[in-house]
Amino acid sequence: MHLLVCGGTGCRASESAGIEAKLKSELEKRSLDQSVQVISTGCFGFCEKGPIVKVMPDNTFYTQVTPADAETIVAEHVVKGRRVESLIYTDPSSKEKVEESAKMGFYKKQLRIALRNCGFINPENVDEYIARDGYLALGNIITGMKPQEAIEIMKESGLRGRGGAGFPTGLKWDLTARTEADQKYVVCNADEGDPGAFMDRSILEGDPHSVLEAMAICGYCIGSDKGLIYIRAEYPLAIERLKIALSQAREYGLLGNNIMGTEFSFDIELRYGAGAFVCGEETALIHSMEGLRGEPTLKPPFPSESGYNGKPTNVNNVETLANIPVIYLKGAKWFSSIGTEKSKGTKVFALAGKINNVGLIEVPMGTTLREVIFEIGGGIKDGKKFKSVQTGGPSGGCLTEKHLDTPIDFDNLIAAGSMMGSGGMIVMDEDDCMVSMARYYLEFTVEESCGKCAPCRIGNKRLHELLDHICKGNGKLEDLDRLVNMSNVIKDTSLCGLGQSSPNPVLSTINNFKDEYDAHVTDKKCPAGQCRDLMEYFIIEENCVGCTACARVCPVAAITGERKEPHLINPAICIKCGACMEKCKFDAIIIQ
Amino acid sequence: MSSIKIELRQQDIDKIKEIAASFGNREHELINVLHKCQEHFGYLPAEVQEVVAEELKAPVAKVYGVVSFYSFFTMTPKGKHPISICLGTACYVRGAEKVLDEFKKELSIEVGQTTGNGKFSLSSLRCVGACGLAPVVLVGEKTYGRVAPDDVKNILKEYND
Repeated sequence: MHLLVCGGTGCRASESAGIEAKLKSELEKRSLDQSVQVISTGCFGFCEKGPIVKVMPDNTFYTQVTPADAETIVAEHVVKGRRVESLIYTDPSSKEKVEESAKMGFYKKQLRIALRNCGFINPENVDEYIARDGYLALGNIITGMKPQEAIEIMKESGLRGRGGAGFPTGLKWDLTARTEADQKYVVCNADEGDPGAFMDRSILEGDPHSVLEAMAICGYCIGSDKGLIYIRAEYPLAIERLKIALSQAREYGLLGNNIMGTEFSFDIELRYGAGAFVCGEETALIHSMEGLRGEPTLKPPFPSESGYNGKPTNVNNVETLANIPVIYLKGAKWFSSIGTEKSKGTKVFALAGKINNVGLIEVPMGTTLREVIFEIGGGIKDGKKFKSVQTGGPSGGCLTEKHLDTPIDFDNLIAAGSMMGSGGMIVMDEDDCMVSMARYYLEFTVEESCGKCAPCRIGNKRLHELLDHICKGNGKLEDLDRLVNMSNVIKDTSLCGLGQSSPNPVLSTINNFKDEYDAHVTDKKCPAGQCRDLMEYFIIEENCVGCTACARVCPVAAITGERKEPHLINPAICIKCGACMEKCKFDAIIIQ
Repeated sequence: MSSIKIELRQQDIDKIKEIAASFGNREHELINVLHKCQEHFGYLPAEVQEVVAEELKAPVAKVYGVVSFYSFFTMTPKGKHPISICLGTACYVRGAEKVLDEFKKELSIEVGQTTGNGKFSLSSLRCVGACGLAPVVLVGEKTYGRVAPDDVKNILKEYND
């Protein structure tokens, strides 16, 4: 019997390490530690209901487990063979207990290719990866295929880069393979900087070997013996697991000189990022690896011609790489049969925001936003109304109700005014102000712009200022035209992908939520009730008992009224601090 | 550069030299050298940067350029209990900004500052990857999930020693 405990970052933050230790000690107490194994796995994806413990082989899926529950699991499930009812997931709509993950709404529509091993294997044990056909694809290729044949399979599969832009992977390999040089490099881009996206981290934490294997395959195809993984220093657990994976792979002869007794040699080194969003851009990433400021340079020359240390370099994202070993095992035809016409395979999304089931999901391309949000995501939190979904992070846009039936793929999202990006998907409800949202993303861009080119450095700053004015009630009608014009100039003239996409949140919110901008500018009102400067506090006469608590807490004496009589707020004096509302026990104070 | 003036002890200088040498004193290892130095000193004051520059035979301006470019590197010492509030999108839409405001109010410091007694420092970060627990606050290594502004006082109380 195996007890799988989620060791992903989300579950670790809610004491999953404590659960693991407690399970082990409870098993030891009963001398069961030889027959029952406790394994810390990668992320299961269902972070909303974490920490998660899965019992194999009977496939029971326990949610929201605490260290105190560990004893019950061992005493009841392991010893007596009885499932612990209280820890089993209850379907929120049917109110029925669902024991197996495959039958849960959250998992039903998912197809896990890149995440195939996350939550199944112990990422710190190479044997478990090998048991699930790990390193078989690499073996097949280096012993039985010419590099060009392997590249052709990659092209046929139709795999496109999962880092954001969607460039065909096979073509990228081909370009780097065709450039002649004495040294070439394979680089894995693990600088996941998109706020609200954590798929790369989960893959590295849950299945690091799949990335190493794919890098070695790429090395064989393009003629390189050196790989580099550029990873954020903010991901300590992923770094630790990569280090373990690298040393185990070397020990087994799966990395290093003469891999599996062939002529092919390949090894991988880690390089650390230091917190700069722009380093996700490949030329900036390469400069950062060279010890410089992570500033992008004009393309061409593309990294496939001149990259790290001026040598041809192939840069692929973590999720892209995680797909590769399976493509070679199951074939290009199998992979290209999944998805839409121009976007093959699956995509991992980090589903978050005002949604019931926050977590990491993987769905076939072509799944609609509605299926993702309402079936997998379980709908909007607290029964509120859906308003918008933001895809593509700071480079993407906010989509609305009318886009819900759009099948998700690279091209459809761009046509709808957003983009795939790395896969962040943030759901917003009626209480979220779209102008503030645009301002939030611009604040991020202004902070992260490297400052090399003027349109991005200065233009985004001006966009942010205009949005700030509008949120504070100082906007004018002509500001909306200025926002659009300036956005288009920034998109057209910026040096790299960061500036070329940074106005997307502004443009998409203006296109889809024009009435909200109008309300801020002309009526000086925030319909969502989020912009503090546009709100007024009111006392509802019928609810007010005249307890004077609000008047006493008001720092500017804006509230007046007699004892046991309804009070009144003077909007001219009120600084909108909200202290009165916090203090009122009778729900008599509202914001309008 | 930094407003804090410090005097490096001989053993500190030796430590920097040792770190630089472990990377072969190669200029393109600058970021790795800085990571190790920050791990050791907790921050990267101007005086440390000067020694690094000398050891790697790089201009001080280049070292400072790199330190100031990356948000992970800091030139001011952090508090004994560094507090980081996640302002990733998932945390933001679930009210992280109000939590941050509450910390600012309680500690009377702004983001990037340290309290006078050196106990707490406040910073914001973008996504720790625990979006299921949004909004998330980190104090040192400890993660607090689903934090509401009302919880702030109690979190700070835990560190009353």
